[in-house]
Amino acid sequence: MNINGVQIDATFAEAFPMRATRVIITAQNLKWAYHAAQAMTGFATSVIACGCEAGIERELDPSETPDGRPGISALIFAMGGKTLAKQVETRAGQCVLTSPTSALFAGIHEGDKIPLGKNLRFFGDGFQISKRINGKRYWRVPVMDGEFLCEDTTCTVKAVGGGNFLILAESQPQALAACEAAIEAMKKIPNVIMPFPGGVVRSGSKVGSKYKALSASTNDAFCPTLKGQTRTDLSPEIESVMEIVIDGLTDDDIKKAMRVGIEAACSLGAENGIRRISAGNYGGKLGPFLFHLQEIMA
Amino acid sequence: MTALTFTLKAELEQRIDVSPLTPDRLADKSASEIGAELLQYGNRQIRADELFSIEGQGSDRLIFRGSRKLDYIGKGMSQGEIRVEGDAGSYLGMHLKGGRIIVSGNVDAYAACEMKKGEILIRGNAGDFLGAALPGNKKGMAGGVVIVKGNVGDRVGDHLRRGAILIEGNAGNYLGSRMTAGTIAVLGEVGAHLGYAMNRGTVLLARTPASIPATFNDCGTHTLGFIPLLLKGFQGLETRFSEMSDTLKRVRRYAGDMCGLGKGEILIAV
Repeated sequence: MNINGVQIDATFAEAFPMRATRVIITAQNLKWAYHAAQAMTGFATSVIACGCEAGIERELDPSETPDGRPGISALIFAMGGKTLAKQVETRAGQCVLTSPTSALFAGIHEGDKIPLGKNLRFFGDGFQISKRINGKRYWRVPVMDGEFLCEDTTCTVKAVGGGNFLILAESQPQALAACEAAIEAMKKIPNVIMPFPGGVVRSGSKVGSKYKALSASTNDAFCPTLKGQTRTDLSPEIESVMEIVIDGLTDDDIKKAMRVGIEAACSLGAENGIRRISAGNYGGKLGPFLFHLQEIMA
Repeated sequence: MTALTFTLKAELEQRIDVSPLTPDRLADKSASEIGAELLQYGNRQIRADELFSIEGQGSDRLIFRGSRKLDYIGKGMSQGEIRVEGDAGSYLGMHLKGGRIIVSGNVDAYAACEMKKGEILIRGNAGDFLGAALPGNKKGMAGGVVIVKGNVGDRVGDHLRRGAILIEGNAGNYLGSRMTAGTIAVLGEVGAHLGYAMNRGTVLLARTPASIPATFNDCGTHTLGFIPLLLKGFQGLETRFSEMSDTLKRVRRYAGDMCGLGKGEILIAV
């Protein structure tokens, strides 16, 4: 398959099941909602060492938020419900409770419940106040700037993590430009996040390492500087490879995001140095979700 | 299908307990069985069809052509709707577990007492002990919403535990006395001894009362995020409070009753 001079490899991305929740962070203005949301979703690029993968889903208009203030919706993914609960609570406590003017609400109301403000309320040292509104419990925790308003629980749902595609280009700036175009398009798709910095990862990994202590190491077959040194997957003209990793609430959401992302990258075309789109997989051994690039782009 | 309508055949001499006439208790009953329901009338029991002319079908929607002597309307009901055309007696919606009661006139004392869930709309006035606990009990209304378009009597929300009482007129003395939690909101004036022995919960006032009890301490003026959320929660209900979510945000907060636990609050719109 070839789109605008860009070859689409006959391969697939391999993804695995995760648990996810959505939270809504509001604040006095969007600037402070972003501060809290960026802190909460910070250091959450990969479950390998961060415990969870998280990202900002989109901005919310005041008419879309529970308390009528500007807000941000964020998605948080983890390998299991318990890990997710721990990550959500820790991040809510350290990043949102602490952020001036913030309030925190559940963004998913069906599924398994996990604490949001349920335990954070104890920060109120007995001065916290519970309010049940339309069947949902909220906590008003007194803090130095006023009150921290937080919903009691949020819900977790089954989700999919690790959808991905690789952009292979003739130069590093060209690969990054294609990634930026792809991310810009993918941000418009609901229910997905691209958890790496700016949505792009340059250090794709393979399973295993020559060092026993490491379970993953650099994907040498896609490292352009090793073309003459290892069994490479790169042709001579490829000088840079970048990856976009996608976590989504369903496999359909990931497919939609991959499609618009690849379309955007391919729109730059071969004349801008974009040569191939490929994907990371582990021979089908890692996860049950396989996203075949050519099927998605058909 | 027309609602099952109960119209009094004559003026009542005694008070009557109509608690057997709820959507739950009349479900699957035939017209003759409904007519044969025994109601406590003063010191004796009487068939429903001796007191009421009964028209209509089904049991999901009931209509009472009211009287101030009809007590216990909708007692313990969990679903369906009861409309009262005119006034109702005492204990309206007592132990209500769900569904909706709408009264076009006034109601007497102890309406919504120990109510658990559901909605009560009173277009006229309500008497004393609205949403309270029964005498000797310590747990008042524990959920749901009560809307009163007119005025309310004394001791409203006594021992209130959860839920909201929204009063668009004036309230009497001892509003929110001995509250455990929940919310009472008033657009009009309030009487003396506001929040007497209140432990927790919120009394939200649109107007500054004549005096604040000495046992409530001033906590200053604040913009509280939960107020718009609370008021937005009333959208879809027939109350003026739902229209105030954009305007009522800033309040003066008084904490009390300091003679007791002191974790209740009176919020006064500024």
